[in-house]
Amino acid sequence: MDLSLRNITHHYDEVEVLRDINLDIKQGQIVCIIGPSGCGKSTLLRMIGGLERPASGEVLQLGDPPADCLNPLTYIFQDFALLPWRTVEGNIGLVLEDHKIGAAEREEIIADVLARTKLSEFRSAYPRQLSGGMKQRVAIARALSVRPAVLLMDEPLSALDSQTRELLMDDLVDLWEKENYTACYVTHNLAEAVRLGHKIVVLSRRPGEIHEIVEINMPLSERTNENAELEKIQKRLWNLMRDEARAADMELVNER
Amino acid sequence: MSDKVADGTPMGKPVPFRGGGFLPRSRKIVAPILFIGLVAFWEWGARTGFISPLILPAPSEAFEAFKNLLSSGLLWQHLAASLQRLLIGWFCGTLLGVIVGTMIGLFSVARSGLQPLVSAIFPIPKIALLPLFIIWFGIGEGSKVATILFGTFFPTVIATYGGIDNVDRGLIRMGQSFGLSRMSIIRKIILPGALPAILSGARISAAIAIILLVAAEMIAAEFGVGAYILMAGSLMATDQLITGVAILSCLGLIFAWLIGRAEKYFLKWR
Ligand SMILES: Nc1ncnc2c1ncn2[C@@H]1O[C@H](COP(=O)(O)OP(=O)(O)OP(=O)(O)O)[C@@H](O)[C@H]1O
Ligand SMILES: [Mg+2]
Repeated sequence: MDLSLRNITHHYDEVEVLRDINLDIKQGQIVCIIGPSGCGKSTLLRMIGGLERPASGEVLQLGDPPADCLNPLTYIFQDFALLPWRTVEGNIGLVLEDHKIGAAEREEIIADVLARTKLSEFRSAYPRQLSGGMKQRVAIARALSVRPAVLLMDEPLSALDSQTRELLMDDLVDLWEKENYTACYVTHNLAEAVRLGHKIVVLSRRPGEIHEIVEINMPLSERTNENAELEKIQKRLWNLMRDEARAADMELVNER
Repeated sequence: MSDKVADGTPMGKPVPFRGGGFLPRSRKIVAPILFIGLVAFWEWGARTGFISPLILPAPSEAFEAFKNLLSSGLLWQHLAASLQRLLIGWFCGTLLGVIVGTMIGLFSVARSGLQPLVSAIFPIPKIALLPLFIIWFGIGEGSKVATILFGTFFPTVIATYGGIDNVDRGLIRMGQSFGLSRMSIIRKIILPGALPAILSGARISAAIAIILLVAAEMIAAEFGVGAYILMAGSLMATDQLITGVAILSCLGLIFAWLIGRAEKYFLKWR
C-alpha cells in the first residue's frame, strides 16, 4: 500500500501552518521529515494517519493494505503513550481487544511481538518500572502487534538518552532489514534522518512547504556511523536548514 | 582556601549538609500514644476536679454510657438506622454523580447545560434544603436519604469531570490512532484515568455524608446516631453526647480506611 499526499494546506485560525505539500510514500520505503521547530511536521503526520483533517488537499491510500493487517496506519509517539495502569502485556492487549481475534491468537501475537522486541521477561511489568528505552520498545511492540502497513513515528527517540537512542536506532534498522516496513519518520536529528531515510523531506519554516527532497540510495545495512558520503549528505541538509532554523527561532521570539 | 598545610595541599572541610527535611512521614506509634495521653489527661483532670463534670464528663463516664447503650441493645438499632441511610444515600449519590460527571466530561451538550447548574447548586448547604426535602419526600427515611444523596452527588460530579478533563489527551489520541471504539476509549482509557480523582472525591463525599446524616437525623428520627446525640443534648446528658460523637468519629475513620484500601487496590499501578 502506498500513500500519496496531494496539495495539503492547513491553518490554525489565522496562522498558516502547511502550504501545498505533495508527497508520495512508497511501500517499503522510509520517508524522513525534517524541518525547523514549529513548521508543522507533527501536524502533517497527524494528517497522514487520519487524526486531523487538512483545511484543503487530501491524503490518499493507493492500493489495499495486506489482508492480515489490523490497523494500517499505526503511530509510535514521542512520549510513548502507554497506559500506566496496564502492564506491558495489557498495553499490547489493549489494541488487540477491539478486533475479532480469539484469546489464543491474541496471546500468540503478544508473545511474538514481545520476543521480537526482546521484552519477554517484562511481560507483567508496569510502565513506571521500565526505563525510557524499554517503554519505547513496548510502544514499538504494540505497534507491531497490529501488523501495520505504514508506521508513523513522531520523534520516537527524542525523549531518550543518546546511548539508548543508538540501540533503538539499530533495532529499527534490523527490523526494516527483516520486514521492509513502510514508515514516515519525523525527526529533529539529521543523523537519524540519514541513517534511516530512503527519502528525506526538508520542510521550510512556517508555513511549512517542501523545500527539497533528498533521496539516499545506499542500503540501510551499509550505513555505518563514520561514512563519508552520509556525512556529506548530512552537511548538505544542515546547510539547507540552517538559515530556516535561525529565522524560525527568531520568529518565535518575536511573536511572544 | 586559606587553611593549607605546609606542602601546599588544601586541608579541606566537609561540605555543609543542607538537604533533607520537608518529608513528613507518619510514624505508626505517635498517634496512639498521643491519643492515650490525651484521654488519660482528661480522665485525670475530671477525677481531680480540674475539669468540672458539668463542662465535660470523664471518659470513664462516657464509656459507662457506651456500655449501657451496648447492653440495652439500642446501639445496634441506632447504628443500623444510620448506616442504612448513610450507605443508600452515599452509594446512590456517588453512582449518580459519577454518571452525570462522566456525561459532563464527555459531551458538549451535557457540559454546557449541566456544568453551570452544578456550580450553582454545589455551594448551597444541603441542610438548608432539608425542609424542602421533607415536603417532597416525606418526614420518614426519604428526606434523610435524599439529603445525603444530594450532598454527595455534587462533589462527586465535580471530582469526576475534573478527573476526566485531566486525562492525558495523548492517551486518548493513541486510542483513536489504533482504531479503538468510542466505548473502549471511555472504558479503558478515560475512566481508569479519572479514577484517582473519583476516589479522592469519594473520600470527601463520605465525610460530607456523615455530617449531613447527623443533621438529617436531628429532625424526626426515632433511631440513628444523630437522634441519639440530639436526645442526649436536650437532656444535658453530656456523657451520652460524647459517646455519640465518638461513634460518629469511628464511622468516619472506618469509611476513610475502606476508601484507602480501595485506593491501594485500584491504584496499585502508581
Ligand atoms: N491544535 C493547535 N491549535 C493551534 N495551533 C496549533 C495546534 N497544533 C499546532 N499548532 C501550531 O502549528 C504550528 C506547527 O505545529 P507542529 O506541532 O506541527 O510543529 P512541529 O514541526 O511538529 O514542531 P516541533 O518540531 O517543535 O515538534 C506551531 O506553530 C503550533 O503552534
Ligand atoms: Mg512536533
